[in-house]
Amino acid sequence: MEVSSKYAVQMHGIVKTFGSFCALDHVDLDVKKGTVHALLGENGAGKSTMMNILYGFYQADSGKIYINGNEVRIKDPSTAIRHGIGMVHQHFMLVENFTVLQNVILGSEVTDRFGVLNMKKARSKVEKIAGQYGFDVDLDAKIEDISVGMQQRVEILKALYRGVDILILDEPTAVLTPQEISELMDIMKSLVKSGKTIILITHKLKEIQQSSNACTIIRRGKLIDTVKPQEVDEEALAAKMVGHPVRLVVEKTPAKPKDVVLEIDHLCVKDKRGLDAVKDLSLKIHRGEIFGIAGVDGNGQEELVNAITCLSRAESGTIKINGQEIQNTTPQNVIGHKISTIPEDRQRRGLVLNFSCEKNMVLEKYKSSPFSRHGIMQDGEIKEYTKKLVGDYDIRPAGCGPMQVRSLSGGNQQKLIIAREISNEPDLLIAVQPTRGLDVGAIEYVHKMLVRERDEGKAVLLISLELDEVLSVADTIGVIYDGSINGTFSQDQADEKTIGLLMAGGKQNAVNG
Amino acid sequence: MQTSSRKEVLHMLNNLTLLISITFMYSAPLIFGALGGVTSERSGVVNIGIEGMMNIGAFAGTAVCYYSGNPWLGFLAAGAAGGLLALLHAFAAVTCKADQTISGIALNLIGPGFALFLCRMFFQGATMSKPITNKLPKIFGDLKTQSTVLKNLNLDITAVLALLLAVILWFVLYKTKWGLRIRSVGEHPAASDSLGISVTRTRYICVLLSGIFAGFGGGCMTLDIIPQYTPTAISGQGFIALAAVIFGKWTPFGAYGACMLFGFAQALTVVLGGGKFAVPSEILAMLPYVLTIIVLILFVGRAVAPKEDGIPYEKGTR
Amino acid sequence: MKKRLACLWLEENKMRLTAKILKKPITSALLAIVCGFLVAAIVLAAAHYNPWQAFGALFSGMFARPKYISNVIIKATPIILTGLSVAFAFKTSLFNIGAEGQYIVSAMVVTMLGVKLNLPAVIQIPVLMVAGIAAGGIWGGFVGLLKAKFGIHEVITSIMLNWIAFYLSNYIVNLPAFHQPNSTGTYPINQSGYIVLLPNWKTSPQGIASLEKTPWLKEIMLKTDVNFGFIIALVMAVLIWFLLSRTSKGFELCAVGYNKDAAEFAGINVNKNLFDAMLISGALSGLAGAVAVMGTNPHNISTLAAFENNGFNGLSVAFIAGGSPIGCIFAGLLFGGFLYGGQTVQSEVGAPSEIINIMMGTIVFFMALTKVVQVFADKLAKGSAAHAE
Repeated sequence: MEVSSKYAVQMHGIVKTFGSFCALDHVDLDVKKGTVHALLGENGAGKSTMMNILYGFYQADSGKIYINGNEVRIKDPSTAIRHGIGMVHQHFMLVENFTVLQNVILGSEVTDRFGVLNMKKARSKVEKIAGQYGFDVDLDAKIEDISVGMQQRVEILKALYRGVDILILDEPTAVLTPQEISELMDIMKSLVKSGKTIILITHKLKEIQQSSNACTIIRRGKLIDTVKPQEVDEEALAAKMVGHPVRLVVEKTPAKPKDVVLEIDHLCVKDKRGLDAVKDLSLKIHRGEIFGIAGVDGNGQEELVNAITCLSRAESGTIKINGQEIQNTTPQNVIGHKISTIPEDRQRRGLVLNFSCEKNMVLEKYKSSPFSRHGIMQDGEIKEYTKKLVGDYDIRPAGCGPMQVRSLSGGNQQKLIIAREISNEPDLLIAVQPTRGLDVGAIEYVHKMLVRERDEGKAVLLISLELDEVLSVADTIGVIYDGSINGTFSQDQADEKTIGLLMAGGKQNAVNG
Repeated sequence: MQTSSRKEVLHMLNNLTLLISITFMYSAPLIFGALGGVTSERSGVVNIGIEGMMNIGAFAGTAVCYYSGNPWLGFLAAGAAGGLLALLHAFAAVTCKADQTISGIALNLIGPGFALFLCRMFFQGATMSKPITNKLPKIFGDLKTQSTVLKNLNLDITAVLALLLAVILWFVLYKTKWGLRIRSVGEHPAASDSLGISVTRTRYICVLLSGIFAGFGGGCMTLDIIPQYTPTAISGQGFIALAAVIFGKWTPFGAYGACMLFGFAQALTVVLGGGKFAVPSEILAMLPYVLTIIVLILFVGRAVAPKEDGIPYEKGTR
Repeated sequence: MKKRLACLWLEENKMRLTAKILKKPITSALLAIVCGFLVAAIVLAAAHYNPWQAFGALFSGMFARPKYISNVIIKATPIILTGLSVAFAFKTSLFNIGAEGQYIVSAMVVTMLGVKLNLPAVIQIPVLMVAGIAAGGIWGGFVGLLKAKFGIHEVITSIMLNWIAFYLSNYIVNLPAFHQPNSTGTYPINQSGYIVLLPNWKTSPQGIASLEKTPWLKEIMLKTDVNFGFIIALVMAVLIWFLLSRTSKGFELCAVGYNKDAAEFAGINVNKNLFDAMLISGALSGLAGAVAVMGTNPHNISTLAAFENNGFNGLSVAFIAGGSPIGCIFAGLLFGGFLYGGQTVQSEVGAPSEIINIMMGTIVFFMALTKVVQVFADKLAKGSAAHAE
């Protein structure tokens, strides 16, 4: 594609290696001005790296970048900002205990002499821009107090305050309800109408079709194709992204639920700041059933899991497993009652990264025989046990036992955790965000495991922020909003629109009515 | 009024003003050290080496004053010496992303080591420098008065300087863009980086400043309180300053208050120790530390350091 | 083409080997020590002293005579133990800067009991030792308790307790019950509490007669305070190593140290382990204090004008040892040797003995930087692995 000013951004022949790992291998990207251009690829494909180069976090090893037809060298984020490029990161770059206003102006502050902040002037400037694009934000709220959707709007506001023409959005819809997603789409449309260009990094096929004018697919650091999403169907896009045909539906036989395993009654839990997070929540999960909880982040999911696993106090209410109350005991007691959990943040809660795979495999069992006798660890037993599980669950590399678990890929780390938790032979398996950050193959694997457990008569509680995952994997779907379940559906009853409304606070009866 | 009760009132006033005077005097070095700690840690770099920086500052201050005759020159030299040592810490912590605790402890060995080494070199092999005759002045200068009360209220200028620095630091941290950036670097360096703020440069400057302030603290000690450098001139003040930073929740005025508390308690032991109280001086000396622990248990609770304090910033870790 | 492959293979194996060597913790320590000597040499030269002469004096001051070697070992003993104490706490990611205070209270308690009790050695020695260990353990455990229960930073509590110990010790020293008139210290502990090697035999006529046969042994026995402390330190180092690497308790402590959240999630009681770690850590520093009083002259405690740094030096020892228990033995010997031999540098060459502090500080400083070396080694290893793929 020749260099021309009708393209807002052109990146030609970009090569980037980290050590000897080639992240980008001569990738081209041409983004027309005033359009929404999607960058599609799996985790680790190189799309984030591409944008990090555009934003100046990294420098490409070779290749050229053109903005509006002029060649530029972007050596750091300040330069990118100067060229009118702004980025809204997947993990928000917001200082938690600063206010919205402070976060927006940080780095481009409005000052009087000697650098003294003029907050009044700054406030009016920001308010003007917010009004211009129809943003509704409380400038004095602290980031840690506002919702995730609001935080994202702050990020976009940050970019607009700096007068960007090219806005990069990195996986923006990961944390939004369907309603908020459509609001974001509207914002994107209005930005494009006023002449801005948007580059959308995503792995969500549906959104690409709804919002983008063009889509570039990257796989393992190589450019695969650039297409017009309206002319290609989802399956084809997915196949290009992964490199082979992909099943987009989870295969499973109908559920055969039996007796109740987990019964939660009127549970109330406070979050770590002392505010009510779980408010009078009740639910029942049966043997042989996958119960999926759909909801926007921050509606009490974390506190619910913490209460079940006894990492947090339950203020009131009961949690019964097989009829026995377990709330407000200890994590050890919970494990002893045959509840196993695949945690949300595998690197923080699930694994001790500096430990070997073997040690991580027995992280919950190390005290019991045969792994330790009289307080002394039995290395031989631990090795054998790990070897067997590595083989059964196809954790790669096969000889990873003595290696530090941090050297495993995300997918294999998750497999290790799954192996560990399932081999506890739990009656209830809790899976929180089990496929976050995994590639399609690993995602398929995790879903298969969950279904297998359910088929063997276990109860599975799946909590996920990806609505598609819950809809395709779960037999029964509950929607969590503001700390309680406000709607329950079986899989064949569930439809995305209804659930979306409930996720945003609607009531089940009102919806059905 | 009866002369005996007049005498008593005067005696009490004497003691009170003496208490005030000694409090300000003892707390000044601590305040400088603690403010240095606040500066560094707010930008995200733990500084355990305040003790070492105070030490080298103490030596440099008094040595330069002795040979130049000018205490202000000495004071500046003290800051410079502390700053130089801090540069090592900045290099280790920011550029090499090394363990900041270990680096700080290393400086606590290197600082006094160099101080004593140089002392022997410049003072004919002695481990004590010669006493200086030109100390740092007092606020009312050379006040010639019979009244002990007024003499006591003639505070050292270091007290004023320390307060001034606290106010300036507070202002900069909370009212200027520099302060906003420093705090953002300490809380969320990745966010700061993404907005074009240089995490490296900010941290280098803050660590350098912390060394300079700590050096000033050492200078306060040897240019004022004990007008010479000895091996025990700085023994533990740096650590008390560190405790004051934590106690004061990493804020300038919090640290200032904590240092005043420690200074006050030390002053109490001096004023009461010689008096008619039956409490032995060692028990009195213990009081500030016992008090701190009690206050910690009752009030302060969880220490809330800047979020990324002590964690080296790696680009790409998001 | 074959040549090309062979070259590549050589390159990749060179990388892997270099990475392996670089990753070994002892490499970092050796590198740091070399840098320490380099910096010391530069400083000495800048001050117009001959570095070789100075280093020669240092080593002769450490090794030239049997009694020097003995004194090095004796000087090293307490800091091996305080080093172990700090290294142990570090494993649970706790920074035991309170080793100094734990040492002081232990020495204080041991002296108090040792002066007042006069039981036969078989009972006196264990009683005193247990008392010292307990005193240190309580001093450390308190820090752990405050951290576990109230979340109070262990650094600030430890610093406070250091000073409290300091003044408490001085208070006890000046009590008439303990204070030795016309001195700055207490009475010495009763002889039954000594752990000196054969104190009576070596000064008896038979003892002296048999020692005459081996002059080096005679020198060591008669001119230095040879005691069992070093053996105790060695045994503790091995025990601590075993505890950390082979027992389930060690597994728990390390898990908590590496990742509190994951440990909690797996059912490990984090707070209890933090407390236990400080308890054991304090006990180790307490043992150091006990050994010092029971093993070396003057078998008492004196008024402290400033911290004697037995605990603070333990920090340096732990860092040079890279946190390894067995490494503390060698780091302690190194540090103790330098501290002792440093006096010779001053007396023979005239260079200030503080050059030792500068050198030790530099070694610790470079140990801090060695993480960079490890990261570099990791990258190198990854690079060669990727080649293989």
